[in-house]
Amino acid sequence: MNALTLNDLCKTYKSGVRALENISLEVAEGEFYGLLGPNGAGKTTIIGIITSLVTKTSGTVKVFGVDIDEDFPAAKRLIGVVPQEFNFSIFEKVEDIVTLQAGYYGMPHKLALERAEKYLSKLGLWSKRRATARELSGGMKRRLMIARGLVHEPKLLILDEPTAGVDVELRRGMWAFLEELSTEGKTIILTTHYLEEAEQLCNRIGIINHGELIENTSKKELLRKLDTETFLLETKDSLPELDELDNALFKRIDDTTLEVAKHRDQSLTRVFSHLGDRGVVVESMRNKSNRLEELFMGILQK
Amino acid sequence: MNSNLISLGSIARKEMTRIFRIWVQTLVPPVITMTLYFIIFGSFIGSQLRDIGGYDYMAFIAPGLIMMAIITNSYSNTVSSFFSTKFQRNIEELLVSPTPSWVIVLGYVSGGMTRGLSVGLLVSLVSLLFVRLPLHSVAHTILFAILTSFVFSLAGMINGIFARKFDDISIIPTFVITPLTYLGGVFYSIALLPQIWQVISKANPIIYMINGFRYGFLGFSDISVWMGMAMLVLFAVLLFSVNLYLLEKGTGIRT
Repeated sequence: MNALTLNDLCKTYKSGVRALENISLEVAEGEFYGLLGPNGAGKTTIIGIITSLVTKTSGTVKVFGVDIDEDFPAAKRLIGVVPQEFNFSIFEKVEDIVTLQAGYYGMPHKLALERAEKYLSKLGLWSKRRATARELSGGMKRRLMIARGLVHEPKLLILDEPTAGVDVELRRGMWAFLEELSTEGKTIILTTHYLEEAEQLCNRIGIINHGELIENTSKKELLRKLDTETFLLETKDSLPELDELDNALFKRIDDTTLEVAKHRDQSLTRVFSHLGDRGVVVESMRNKSNRLEELFMGILQK
Repeated sequence: MNSNLISLGSIARKEMTRIFRIWVQTLVPPVITMTLYFIIFGSFIGSQLRDIGGYDYMAFIAPGLIMMAIITNSYSNTVSSFFSTKFQRNIEELLVSPTPSWVIVLGYVSGGMTRGLSVGLLVSLVSLLFVRLPLHSVAHTILFAILTSFVFSLAGMINGIFARKFDDISIIPTFVITPLTYLGGVFYSIALLPQIWQVISKANPIIYMINGFRYGFLGFSDISVWMGMAMLVLFAVLLFSVNLYLLEKGTGIRT
């Protein structure tokens, strides 16, 4: 069964801005789906419609087969949402924010307290349960929103830019937590600006631009479309003069740094032997940019 | 327990926690204001005035002042609480949940009534320092207090739904509610007014609430108590329906 089915979803705001144009997509149960797109592409509008914060102009939305036009409350029970911006009262205590949310889903207080302990502990916030939300750091506030989104144990978790402004260590910790949820079988939809994040976590990816879905496929399939990869090589000694090897383009960045733009069909071994023949000893190599990022820019520029 | 009841209880818990957490802002100022009214209008000026309806001036104005406190605090609680919930965007916590609109309305109204009736009770206790108030009908007193608080909490919520900035939450209280309350027979009996002003005064709905409440204490009223009760029930149904319609439509909360 599909966790989410969008059919010809359109949204035109009162200002006349057409935010979504006939978006149709399916997210299978258990999938980790990444929705990518530049700012203003329509990602948050899609999430808003699914969670009832935005009223759709036309189209249908089904959550685990439940049409939101027929039984929105039933659909809402299946969804947990972690919004992009902090949207809790900064004067309330951490534990209250989570238990009140559980209450809005009709959960008895005793169970709400147990769930609050479970998720606040998992997200490293249990020791802060008596603190007011304004006393938390930015990263803690993000984790609090995840705990709040999970308290009613939804089958579908939607996260809108969950790691925006979060430091690297914390971001990795959140990835591990989301991977654990995915392994447990939860369907996760993630929007993100960090393409490395989508590459790390998602098994299917949709790219949206100007309100239209321009890609919707598996991550592997998407990466297969990447024609060129760019690497940066650090060499032991100063670089000699180099010619172009087939269609692998060498570009000298400085005396000991070489940029290599390699076509998908070309072997990296050939590039190395070409360099070896000229006495170049490579000490280290890294991707110039994230692979998905290159693809993303390529798609958007088309 | 029914999930809607749990949801209602959660909103009520959140509202009550807010009211009692900031009690210095929510409960103390109206009690001080009303105490000053008792001292100035009741003791200093009232002692120079003749009785109204067989009661001294202090006893006459006490129910009106209590009702004034209930009206303004019920209204201002829902308008400020609902607007700040919108402003901080934590209204989204409720909107993404399966909580029905009628539960959201009743939840916020429960907060308005808690504050309105708590302040009303505190002002009543303060009034006992100045006057020995009779209690003609407990049922009338309680019913008018509860219904008035309910109606003004609903009215405050409508203001909160439409408000887009902080200025918008003080316009109606300043330019509509305060004048209508002052002209609603808190400090005088409309029987003392010229005929034409008596007729005009009867177009003010607050006069029915104050007189009905005063009837509960003193046993006399300038207008028909049953008419006042009917008017309150009518307003309650009307304003509740308007709130429900606005929330269902998503006015001010959904794009």
